[in-house]
Amino acid sequence: MTARPYNFAYLDEQTKRMIRRAILKAIAIPGYQVPFASREMPMPYGWGTGGVQVTAAIIGPDDVLKVIDQGADDTTNAVSIRAFFAKTADVATTTDTTEATIIQTRHRVPETPLTGEQILVYQVPIPEPLRFLEPRETETRTMHALAEYGVMHVKLYEDIARHGHIATTYAYPARVADRYIMDPSPIPKFDNPKLDDCPALQLFGAGREKRIYAIPPHTRVVSLDFEDHPFERTKFDAACEFCGATDSFLDEVVIDDKGGRMFVCSDTDYCEKRQAAKRKDAAE
Amino acid sequence: MYVAVKGGERAIANAHALLADKRRGDRNVAEIETRQIDEQLSLAVDRVMSEASLYDREIAALAIKQARGDLIEAIFLARAYRTTLPRFGFAEPLDTKAIALRRRVSATFKDLPGGQVLGPTFDYTHRLIDFALTEPSDPPPPATAPADSALAAPRVVDIIADGDLIEKSPPAEDGAPVADVTRDPEEFPAARDPRLQTLARGDEGFLLGLGYSTQRGYGRNHPFVGEIRFGEIEVEMFVPELDFAVPLGSIAVAECQMVNQFKGGVSGEPARFTRGYGLAFGQSERKAMSMALVDRALRADELGEERIGPAQDAEFVLSHCDNVQATGFVEHLKLPHYVDFQAELALLRQLRAEDRKSRTEKEESPALRPPSSDLRTEAAE
Repeated sequence: MTARPYNFAYLDEQTKRMIRRAILKAIAIPGYQVPFASREMPMPYGWGTGGVQVTAAIIGPDDVLKVIDQGADDTTNAVSIRAFFAKTADVATTTDTTEATIIQTRHRVPETPLTGEQILVYQVPIPEPLRFLEPRETETRTMHALAEYGVMHVKLYEDIARHGHIATTYAYPARVADRYIMDPSPIPKFDNPKLDDCPALQLFGAGREKRIYAIPPHTRVVSLDFEDHPFERTKFDAACEFCGATDSFLDEVVIDDKGGRMFVCSDTDYCEKRQAAKRKDAAE
Repeated sequence: MYVAVKGGERAIANAHALLADKRRGDRNVAEIETRQIDEQLSLAVDRVMSEASLYDREIAALAIKQARGDLIEAIFLARAYRTTLPRFGFAEPLDTKAIALRRRVSATFKDLPGGQVLGPTFDYTHRLIDFALTEPSDPPPPATAPADSALAAPRVVDIIADGDLIEKSPPAEDGAPVADVTRDPEEFPAARDPRLQTLARGDEGFLLGLGYSTQRGYGRNHPFVGEIRFGEIEVEMFVPELDFAVPLGSIAVAECQMVNQFKGGVSGEPARFTRGYGLAFGQSERKAMSMALVDRALRADELGEERIGPAQDAEFVLSHCDNVQATGFVEHLKLPHYVDFQAELALLRQLRAEDRKSRTEKEESPALRPPSSDLRTEAAE
């Protein structure tokens, strides 16, 4: 193909500039949801249009892109988004976490620690952490402005009263830089500690809801909890069947119709690297 | 460095190839042409243009073909195409008095200047399946009347406004900025221009249901169809370099002016009818009527009415009437969620294990209920 029918990375430069402005504002006010003029993308709302717009606004020809969904590079929507950028921006893509300069993700933070040279772009369905407590945008914006977050603590307390635990296992609310409460997108709470003091820039894009927010590198991110009910990371009783990892988030795979189950790493790159290392050890 | 290719890629490619095959259907049946869709399924084309906010019959017809007749999918295709187009300005406001009328009905006056013009309508047809249409048909040419340019058809609301019996439309402010919901994030409370724009591209079915709900008492606003008019109108754009407005072309629109119960009286402003407004591309008459009902319902705060129905709640209506947004988010539930599901499974199993444990303990020593704090300490470990 000689002439591209669309601009580099699909969006026109004016739109990219508008998004970059929103990103800069988001970085300047960590955790604050910046409204932006989200565009209609050639993929459905709710399928990563926010993340795709953020990636399109920051990606350059020399970037190496990794796209994951549920931690895996080979899930269909990750494949589709990666193909979109390979086609519209002609950038190099990878599944290797360490090789990528931009990682777009849905529902997971990679197990391999990120570096200051990387940007993690989250796809966000509902950016407002207070939305299920207060459906009105006019109200929630005021609550954020006044840092009026008591209702969130009441909700977590009610969980404890009812279940004996905070019954939020994903999209677990966190306070950013001691100010705004944010929704880390529906990552499992297992991943929440990775957000804190992360060397990589973390950008969150919500296309349908038209919001962008950010966690700048090395920012304090504290998952909400109580003194007598401290935040707990989800623990697994099993190890990964393929690589033996006990420190990664595991997916449960049903292997027969007799209740047989197997646990495997959700982060496919992490798992494959560990398997390769094992094979190498065995060969030596 | 390598380009990542995995199994998912092949599965997607194969699914798309299958889709293309199904779209074409039986090769022994003639392939449908977009011209045929435009000519013979023209109301579908009208709807796609309206809700895509793009007046382009060819694109809409093509989108319908590509979407296998799924109109929301077609609207989505046309919108995604629309976003890539440059926006070079705003048109002058349409003067709907000047519509070349193909249909014009009023429910408020038996007869009026310009008359009642039924035009091409399903109204008064008996909804009997016409089996003759299974065969090619060649209906006789319809009756015509001489075009009478002297026959003015003033807008019904203007006739009512003559006696100061209906609220006036707010006058257009020269040079005032116009909202564009396709270029700015929505804000609440929403001004009327972004609100009408959002309703104009809102889902016909959703607005129909909401409009219907106002008729059944969830925010009743006593509507009369003051007028529905449908026809072609010229769109003009002011060009500063020329210092005059130039015509860009003509579009077909359906406009509905609802006349609703009064406001004012006793003291202060004299009592007047209020109004709700609907406008859609093509002959999207049901859409224009629904829009007018909902527009009026959304003026509850402005008119000092109590909000009792969902149709009066601007955040609720405007945040949920867009079918492209709605279908995307509803259908995204098809995407894998196994990470979140796993996290929930783990918690559920933990809760059940603790529950089982506490029940056994209770059975062992029925007099001694373990204090709940013990449980929590265990959980925290």
